[in-house]
Amino acid sequence: MEAASTAAGARAVPKLGAARRRYGEDLIKGLLILATLLSVLTTTGILIALLVPTIDFFGDVGVWEFLSGGKWTPLFEPPSFGVRPLVVGTFLTTGIAMLVATPLGLGAAIYLSEYARPRVRKAIKPVLEILAGVPTIVFGYFALTFFTPEILRSLLSVEVSIFNVLAAGIVMGFMIVPTVASVAEDAMSSVPQSLREGAFGLGASKLHVSLRVVFPAALSGIVAAVVLGVSRAIGETMIVLIAAGQIASNSVDPREPHYSLASFIGATAKGDVPTGSTEYKTIFAVGMLLFVITLVMNLVSIRFVRKYRQVYE
Amino acid sequence: MSSHGSAIGKAPASLRIKDTGFRLVMLSCLGLSVLLLGLLLYDVVADGAARLDWDFVTSFGSISADKAGAQAALWGTVAIMLVCAIFIVPVGVATAIYLEEYADNTRWWNRLIEVNIQNLAAVPSIVYGILGLAFLVRGPLSLGPVVLAGGLTLGLLVLPVVIIAAREAIRAVPSSIREGSLALGATQWQTIRRQVLPASIPGVATGVILALSRAIGETAPLIVVGAATVIAFNPDGLDSRFTALPIQIFDWISRPSNDVNDY
Repeated sequence: MEAASTAAGARAVPKLGAARRRYGEDLIKGLLILATLLSVLTTTGILIALLVPTIDFFGDVGVWEFLSGGKWTPLFEPPSFGVRPLVVGTFLTTGIAMLVATPLGLGAAIYLSEYARPRVRKAIKPVLEILAGVPTIVFGYFALTFFTPEILRSLLSVEVSIFNVLAAGIVMGFMIVPTVASVAEDAMSSVPQSLREGAFGLGASKLHVSLRVVFPAALSGIVAAVVLGVSRAIGETMIVLIAAGQIASNSVDPREPHYSLASFIGATAKGDVPTGSTEYKTIFAVGMLLFVITLVMNLVSIRFVRKYRQVYE
Repeated sequence: MSSHGSAIGKAPASLRIKDTGFRLVMLSCLGLSVLLLGLLLYDVVADGAARLDWDFVTSFGSISADKAGAQAALWGTVAIMLVCAIFIVPVGVATAIYLEEYADNTRWWNRLIEVNIQNLAAVPSIVYGILGLAFLVRGPLSLGPVVLAGGLTLGLLVLPVVIIAAREAIRAVPSSIREGSLALGATQWQTIRRQVLPASIPGVATGVILALSRAIGETAPLIVVGAATVIAFNPDGLDSRFTALPIQIFDWISRPSNDVNDY
């Protein structure tokens, strides 16, 4: 309209956008940014909450003594703070859990992605999600009161103590199956159909297509799924605390009881430990170690997920 | 088919057997997981059905097992879930809106926020307990082990679940709707509030329900935060001490073989 009124035809570009600055809009954007910053604040908070008492703890106990020591007896006199027994317990339960979760989860993913009809897939996925949604304390109860006495002792006649790493690890593995299956299935489903058709065209059987075409093509997603499963297993508290007992040893016999990093924190936090004592600070030092281990796992997993998304999207 | 000759024929028998075998192995992987879920449900129902009655829901804890109930834990769980829901819905949706509608993805800080949220989703729950203990129960806020602290701790724990689900729901709203609204002269916030949010409600609701269903079963962070185990009153406010169902279960399991759990 204004352009028409200027004489020489030098058209003024009509101005787009709001006629005046809307401060309400800015305010809302500010509030949204504040909400977003809370997640950054959460990470910062976790770091501060762990780091400050951990540094304090290392004033009482040497870093090297903590990381390399093989004896964990905070309650004895004199106390010993070598974290290795807790790490052994963590990797033992995690290892057993992944021995269960990796084949079962990937097998389920291959079946759902390559074999199942859409209707079957639709019916099965919610069932797996229920399995993923069972509270871990119920898994712990199940491991202690059913899996150890009924399955391990009666059915398989394994000589296990009532609290043992084996039951905790296996049940934890089943808890992780849905996580592994769902991430791996996502990765396999996003492999382009043309790759499968090409292989079928060359005369490959379904077995070969699944294992030699789809599996390698989805490998980064599959690695992400397994790493995410490991990260969950390392951080799992209740199953280990309830079913694996509370003994810090260096034994790698899965039939015996064992602490893990997470279950030690849970057990110590539940007990009446005087605030400010060295033993109280162990909660934070062990928590720091747990956080660092899972952080590394998570970053690796996020990286691999991003890689397969980039290739096929 | 046979008229095509030998070029296109059935695969050799050995290969077909292998193929079927593989399929069965993959199916049994799935079946085994579902079987365990069945066993778990059977065990819980078989052990619990006989004890689940009105008295169990309406009485408080007791020394003798057949009088013990879970009333305090039930109301404690309701209270912390309310706090959790009131906290995660606005904060989670606001974060999702910012990341989807405002944030410039080429900026490093926005990408950092995304990776940060993905990582937070996989931080062990017990670490959130330590966070709650250090900042909510003690330290700056010093609330004590009360309903507000427990609810907020669980809220922080499941916030990433809400954010990730809400982002997906918002992303699924077609951009033509946004463009139409903007072309009619609506501001960005008007577009989000009147067009994008209503269209994404089902996805957001799914995320919130998933998040709450995870929060309701969490035990470890509440143990660290210091939820009470033996308590004989219902929470009556944000600053009231509380216990919760998972904590109650844990307390009963960890009593050295008495009649509460004879297994």
